[in-house]
Parts: sequence; C-alpha cells; structure tokens
Amino acid sequence: MIPHPDPTQETLVLNMGPQHPSTHGVLRVLLKMDGEYVIEAEPVLGYGHRMHEKMGEVRSHNGFYANVGRMDYGGALSFAHGHVLAVERLSDIQVPERAEYIRVITTELNRVASHLLWIGAFLLDLGAFTPILYSFDDREIALDLLEHVTGARITFSYFRVGGVCNDIDEQFIEGTKKFIKRMRERIPMFHKLVTGNIIFRKRVEGIGIIDRDMALRYGVTGPMIRGSGIPYDIRKVEPYSVYPEFDFDIPTYDEGDCMARHKVRMDEIEQSLRIIEQGLEKLPDGPVMMEKVPKKVKSGPGDTFMSVEAARGELCYYLATDGTDTPYRMKIRSPSYSNLSILKEVTSGILLSDLVAVMGSMDLVIPEIDR
Amino acid sequence: MIATIKEIIGGAKSLLVGMSITAKYGMSKTVTAHYPFETLDITPNFRGHIDLVVNTKTGKHKCISCMMCQRTCPSGCIEIKAEKPEGAKKKQLVEYHLDFTKCSLCGNCVEVCPTKALEYSNEYNLVGTSRHDFHFELVERVVKRADAMGIVVVEEKAEEPKPEKAAAEAPVGDDNSE
Repeated sequence: MIPHPDPTQETLVLNMGPQHPSTHGVLRVLLKMDGEYVIEAEPVLGYGHRMHEKMGEVRSHNGFYANVGRMDYGGALSFAHGHVLAVERLSDIQVPERAEYIRVITTELNRVASHLLWIGAFLLDLGAFTPILYSFDDREIALDLLEHVTGARITFSYFRVGGVCNDIDEQFIEGTKKFIKRMRERIPMFHKLVTGNIIFRKRVEGIGIIDRDMALRYGVTGPMIRGSGIPYDIRKVEPYSVYPEFDFDIPTYDEGDCMARHKVRMDEIEQSLRIIEQGLEKLPDGPVMMEKVPKKVKSGPGDTFMSVEAARGELCYYLATDGTDTPYRMKIRSPSYSNLSILKEVTSGILLSDLVAVMGSMDLVIPEIDR
Repeated sequence: MIATIKEIIGGAKSLLVGMSITAKYGMSKTVTAHYPFETLDITPNFRGHIDLVVNTKTGKHKCISCMMCQRTCPSGCIEIKAEKPEGAKKKQLVEYHLDFTKCSLCGNCVEVCPTKALEYSNEYNLVGTSRHDFHFELVERVVKRADAMGIVVVEEKAEEPKPEKAAAEAPVGDDNSE
C-alpha cells in the first residue's frame, strides 16, 4: 500500500532503497514521514526475485543443491540441511551417523559465521565502523575452515541426499578447536567493545520493542522471538538430526528491544561453540555417505514438511512429489520474510535513525526474502 | 542529578574501555594480507571450475563419453561431442565444452562420473573482458596441462598396446608432475 498524498502537506513520502546501504540488498522501504518521525513504513519486495521455488519444481532433488546457498548467503548450510532432511524423510533414506554429526558441526560453524557477519553489518548500520573489522577477522577463520572441508566459502553445496560429499580431516578438527578457544576469548572483547559502549546502548536500548504478544501474532522466529522472552527454537521444540544428543541452552531476554536481540545473538555464538565442541568429541567413525546412493532420488507419491532452525529463524520446506525425482511442488518458508512483516507495526512513530537500528537488529537477508 | 553525573562518568568509562581495546589491537600484528604483494595459500580442496583428469601414465583424459555429466548438470553448462571413428570399438571424445558462466559449482557432474574423469581445478583468479573468456574447451586444456606437467603423451596404437613403453615413461611423468 502506498501512503496517500497528504493535502495538508504535513507529511512526506520517502523512499529508502532499493539501493540504500542499510537495507542490505535490494529492499525498498516506503516511508511516510512527519519531519524525522516515521508514521508508516511499508516494505516493497520483489527486486531480487529469482523463482527458487519454481526452479525446485523443474530440477531434480540433486539439482537443487546449488540453489539453497543462493537463498541465504549468511547461513547457507542451514538451508541445505533443511532441504536434504526433507528429501530424506520423503524417500526414507537413512544417513550414516557420522554424516549427521558432520552436518551439525558445519552448520553450527556456519551459524557462528552468520552471527559474526550480522554484528559487523548491524554496527555498520548504526555508524560504528570498527567492530566489523574484528568480527570479519573471526569470520574469516570460520570460513577458511569451512572452505577446507567444502571447497567453497559462501555457497557451499556440501550436503547431499544420503550424507555429505567430503569427510572432515584432522586439520579441520584441530583448526575448529583452536577457533572455539579463540572465540571464547573474543566474545568478552566484543561485550567490552560493543555491548557496554554508551553510544551503542543509547541507540538500541528501548528501541523497537516487540512484546510477546506481537511476536506471536506475526509469527517471527529465531533470535527475534527469543529476544521477546519466548524460548522457541526448533532444535529444542522439534528436535531433528542429532540435536537431541547435545547439551545446549536457548538464550532468551525479556526486554524485546534491539539490545535484547543483540544479546541473544551474542549468547547463541557461545551455545553454537558448545555444540561444535561436543560434536567433535562424540564424532563417530564410519562412512559419510550412505552406500548405494541412487543416481535419481525417487520417492513415492506423497508430501513432507521439514522445519529446521536457520541462523535467522525457523526455516520450513514443504515438498510434494508424484513419484519422480523432481518435486511436484516446493514451498519454502524463509525466516526473514516473516520477520520483516513486523516492521510496519514496530516502527510506526519512531525516528528514522531508529528505523535503521530496528531493521539492522532483524538480521535481514534480502535474497532469502525475495527468493 | 546524581544519576545524570553517574551516567556521564559510566559512559565516558565505557568509551575508554573501547578505546583501550582498539589501542591494544592497533599495536598488535596486522591480520590482513596486502594483496598483489602477498597472497594467501588456497586450500587444495578449493572447488574451481571442472577439468578433465589427466592420466599421469598416458597423458590423456579418462572420459568415456557416457554423457552422464551433461545429463545431470542442472544448469546445462556441459556440452560434449563424441565420435565413433571407423573401425573403433568405443566412442571417442572430440570436444568437451564447459560454459562456466552458467555453472553454479554444485559438483553433481564430478560425483556422477563413472570413471572419475572429472576434477575441480584450483583456479580462483579467473578474470576476463568478455563472457566468451569463460567458455572452456576441456580437451584442449588436457593437452596443455599434460604438457605443463611434463607427461609424454602415449599414442595409442590400434590393436597393439605396448605396456613396456607406458610403464617406462610413467615414472618420469610422475616425478615431473610433483
């Protein structure tokens, strides 16, 4: 809905984007402003639409591996995890245990990298240039580790139906242990540098408050709902893969403001490190790919629904097949899309500079919204 | 009033804490590499565009022109031309055309290959001034790469395999390739 022109000329309509740096991509936000105050903010989508769901319906299951990474460049492995789990559930494929452990370890490493990317981008939105240099320093190590295993840095194409395509080696395990140790020292540094900083606190404390009721009404998920005090995490409420075997907590904060969401993500890095540590300890021996992988993964007529916890929230895949190796229908529920829907209500009546803070704290990945 | 003063002092302190971290890291070792002058090591597992595997014994590719890679490619970037010469039993690869502009590096072709004739190259510095620079002819590349690796190409004599010659030349090729 485009705001009506105002005959009294008290308000003005402002376009934020589609090329605005703090919209992290091609998102356009249509703002109705009264001076510096936002009356109404309307996200306009569709500038980067690439028909990923339709592509899933013309390509075989195997052909879709490359697409999942293009939807979420921050946490590509979570998206791949959801896809392979959905196909495996649909065609009753049993994955070797070692492969599931490797999937969880690499996905959590990717989640840490995604949150580090978010910290840098969020603070860049708020005008702080320094922290992105620190967070990208750490993220680079995580990406190097993942590159060593998967062969790519962002769009991994690593998980296969029936396992993973490469085994992890001693170099990866040693490097990951070093990375965990390093991150444990760096997190307090981030808290000193960022969380305690008075300018940062003034920008985010009490800004963009999402209360429990509003969060439930809009169906926001991930760190956003956990920042509103609801411990909703698919890894706990509907465990998949080998997550039930790990001991980890779901960090929640009751305030519901940008600061709470920042703290949730900082704590989640720590929890992901715990999962990786336990995963490396418990890592069983064995193959990483099931024996006799069919060249065409066929599944009988039927449908399935698989949800996983991506770095930004709940990610769901709905697959319906008619007995061929190509899905008849693929529906993806991506977390950022639902999280963005709350923008209009949460930003009415706030300052334009606070809108940037709210949008930053949502951790929007536009290719995942416009998929 | 007291609360305001406390906030000002606390705020100033938090800024000093942040500054001290910046100063500490400012004095420490540089973490970045100054690119054209220094380059970082690339992991051997890096997945560049696909290449045909060079057989270190014969200096030739292992492709049997079964077309599996062409059929499995979701983006349709592989085009194979194979011919069956007069009197020959098997099909022979004539052209292996890769359109790298379309490739999204999913790796399905490498995994589906029955003779393991495909591998990932380690080239990451790909740059060109036109899109035609990314159309690779892999059969030509095999010849060039075998030459660069110092492998003497063994010509196949019809109905007359010479294992002694191939075996004698193989170690030379192996040494040079490493």
